[in-house]
Amino acid sequence: MKFDLIINKKNYTVDVEDGTPLLWVLRDELELVGTKFGCGIGECGACTVHIDGKAERSCQQMVELVEGKEITTIEGLSENGDHPVQKAWETLDVPQCGYCQSGQMMTASAFLRKNPTPSPEEIRMAMHGNICRCASYNRIEKAVALAAEKLK
Amino acid sequence: MSNTFNRRNFLKLSLLASGGMLIGVGCSEEADMPTSTDDLDFHSFNAYIEMAKNGIVKIYSPNPEIGQGVKTSMPMIVAEELDVSWKKVHVVQAPLSNDFNRQVAGGSQSIRQNFPALRMAGATVKMMFLTAVAKKWDVGVDTLKVAQGIISSQDGKKINYEEVIEEAIKIPVPENAPLKNVEDFTLIGKAINNVDIKPIITGKPLFGVDYKEKGMKYAAVARPPFGASLQSVDDTEAKAVKGVEQVIQFNNKVAVVANSTWAAFKGKSKLKIEWGNLQDDENTTLFDQKMAQLLHNGKLEEKIKSGDISKAKAEADQIIEQTYEAPFLPHNTMEPMNFFADVTDKKIRLVGPTQVPRSSANVVAQLLERNVEDVTVEMTRMGGGFGRRLSTDYAEDAAMVSHLAKAPIKLMYTREDDMSIGQYRPKVKYKITATLKNGQLTGYQLKEAIVNNNGMNKGIAKFFPFGAVDHYLAESANVPADVTTLWWRAPITNFLGFATESFMDELALKLQKDPIELRMELLENAKGKKTPYSPERMQQTIQLVKEKSNWGNAPKGIYQGFACYYSHNSYVAEVCDLEMIDGKPIAKRFYASVDCGIVINTSGAKNQIEGAILDGMGHAMYGNLELKDGIAQSQNFDKYKLIRMMDTPVIETYFVNSNQAPTGLGEPGMPPAGAAYANAYVKATGKRMLKQPFFS
Repeated sequence: MKFDLIINKKNYTVDVEDGTPLLWVLRDELELVGTKFGCGIGECGACTVHIDGKAERSCQQMVELVEGKEITTIEGLSENGDHPVQKAWETLDVPQCGYCQSGQMMTASAFLRKNPTPSPEEIRMAMHGNICRCASYNRIEKAVALAAEKLK
Repeated sequence: MSNTFNRRNFLKLSLLASGGMLIGVGCSEEADMPTSTDDLDFHSFNAYIEMAKNGIVKIYSPNPEIGQGVKTSMPMIVAEELDVSWKKVHVVQAPLSNDFNRQVAGGSQSIRQNFPALRMAGATVKMMFLTAVAKKWDVGVDTLKVAQGIISSQDGKKINYEEVIEEAIKIPVPENAPLKNVEDFTLIGKAINNVDIKPIITGKPLFGVDYKEKGMKYAAVARPPFGASLQSVDDTEAKAVKGVEQVIQFNNKVAVVANSTWAAFKGKSKLKIEWGNLQDDENTTLFDQKMAQLLHNGKLEEKIKSGDISKAKAEADQIIEQTYEAPFLPHNTMEPMNFFADVTDKKIRLVGPTQVPRSSANVVAQLLERNVEDVTVEMTRMGGGFGRRLSTDYAEDAAMVSHLAKAPIKLMYTREDDMSIGQYRPKVKYKITATLKNGQLTGYQLKEAIVNNNGMNKGIAKFFPFGAVDHYLAESANVPADVTTLWWRAPITNFLGFATESFMDELALKLQKDPIELRMELLENAKGKKTPYSPERMQQTIQLVKEKSNWGNAPKGIYQGFACYYSHNSYVAEVCDLEMIDGKPIAKRFYASVDCGIVINTSGAKNQIEGAILDGMGHAMYGNLELKDGIAQSQNFDKYKLIRMMDTPVIETYFVNSNQAPTGLGEPGMPPAGAAYANAYVKATGKRMLKQPFFS
């Protein structure tokens, strides 16, 4: 079946079975592999993307339900990799293995759009849904706070 | 360990490189992976270094990158001795090659074992440039100076490396190139960003799961519970899934080959498989009973003995005994297992995440009865390793499926595959007995019961407090099992460290001594004894964390726990600050001091310690994988708890200033973490943690 998708402000038509999770459409059909597969059940956050500006788990979003919606992936978060969240991640050298970080950054950027002046506790709550197996949590926390500063 | 160099290894490397041959670059041309190579005309000096006329230096990083940071720190060492600006360095992951020593990510040994060769690789090429310029200007080599790739003469002439590439490359590889004095390092010891930071933050393809080739198929494999066998399979529904192309049985497993990952996963879920021969003794509670029995009165194998523990027991005026228990743990790397294999009549190409490219090539060659020379391995960045990718099981499956399907395939694990058919941290129990006389520790007996002969080796059996007591005995007993177990970050020490350091804390309470003072005294006893660890270096490390944590003077309401451990040739001491908040003990802060010799990259090094502490604490709190009839009872993160942001304390890391050769860093931060937390916990609540996980 054919589906029309708007991803990172571009229009795509994909031919996949209905019920296919957006995650696998991005990764296998569109070569947008920045969105990562971690658990497939919406528990780890590695596959986080923005759908109409809201952070969502792309492994839980069936392709037929996201037609016409505005989808943003890590590749489209900024033109040149210079979104304040990306800059903060770079400044603080956050990643260890790096695998979960695009999901972390997508969660952080959606959160900061909603709450540009978060308290430390609000940052911790907002990021709690994303697992980092290397446990780079200290730096993630600092980077979200730094990005909030940059956004001011 | 002294700062010496293994020249033999380097000579081998130099000989191979002396022809100026070009060593293969990262990825094949049909691949969609970024090769990070330019169109520049690079000249190869040795297996590590290529240089282009515009001054860009390409440095090949030999070892697998699992998040431990060696893709940044190994090239830093080369660049330091080559003496070029880091801004001009372009790092490329090397493939498996005979030009390198030990291309393994394991045992925290990448830097320690390669430090001499990496330095020589840089120093040798620097010498070639100096020699070429000395000839050109007709001056002595020792009259020239070099900094940041610019050579200058006494009379003020300057020339860049890139201007003399043609001349330098013709200079015979020197057998003895002088190395820098440690004090003259300008790059080593700095905080340098992860070399892959840009592709990571912009979502570029980097990892094994991101690898793709034209014509490649996707495979998902159903595997039996531990000890079970394939009885029958009905693949009608699986084959009806759109995109599924083949269903293949091999070695008790069933592979679904499809044109997308999702179709392969969906097809696999539609297989109707009957597993036979389920093992009802592959059961957590049964393993528990067997281990308890062995520790109570079973026959144990002696590992290390000094003095006479029975004499110490007979003469003791007090005996303290405690048992510590740990569960199986899956590695749970964020990137599930996956591997690309293209098996053809001519060659076998393997691409993917592996901590052991050499073994992967060897086992695949053996499995398919092919020459190992026909096997190539390219390493991708890995979404975590933690020891899981020291096993070659998934690379073997990928190769077998490619062979049988007659197609290039990428094998993909679901999270459920990854968690339920792992190579787990072996389940283990320790019983520790201490004998006391006149307020002194006189004897120490360590008994271990562990599955699959994964127990401590003689080296680990000689860790602290061996050397610090007159009578010492370490013994181990094996519980055979079908469940596959292997190395898991800080193997053995990840839990032995907890047991030892929890016991030391309890001992200090019994002896009414400050826990740090007790360690210091015992380490004093160990001085001059033949131990794998240096008591002096451990004392120095403890002293540093004592100062930084304000030990003994914490504000009211802060409960401090201390633990220290030597492993992977490094020394780590940690203090955990715990606070009671709404009646719950919350870890707020960790102070860590580390002696790992020379620190190569302070940013990456701190990242390792921060991660290892949270990883150690998190798994001690929550990690648990139960088995029933050989079937993992947790198969995804809805039933398996990993530490998350709101549980995390702030970590402060301090390195002991050192000129010693660098030692391990990826693992040693972990063993003390659970104990530092538990030793604070007992102060706050009176409850002593003996069994992991602490909370369920």
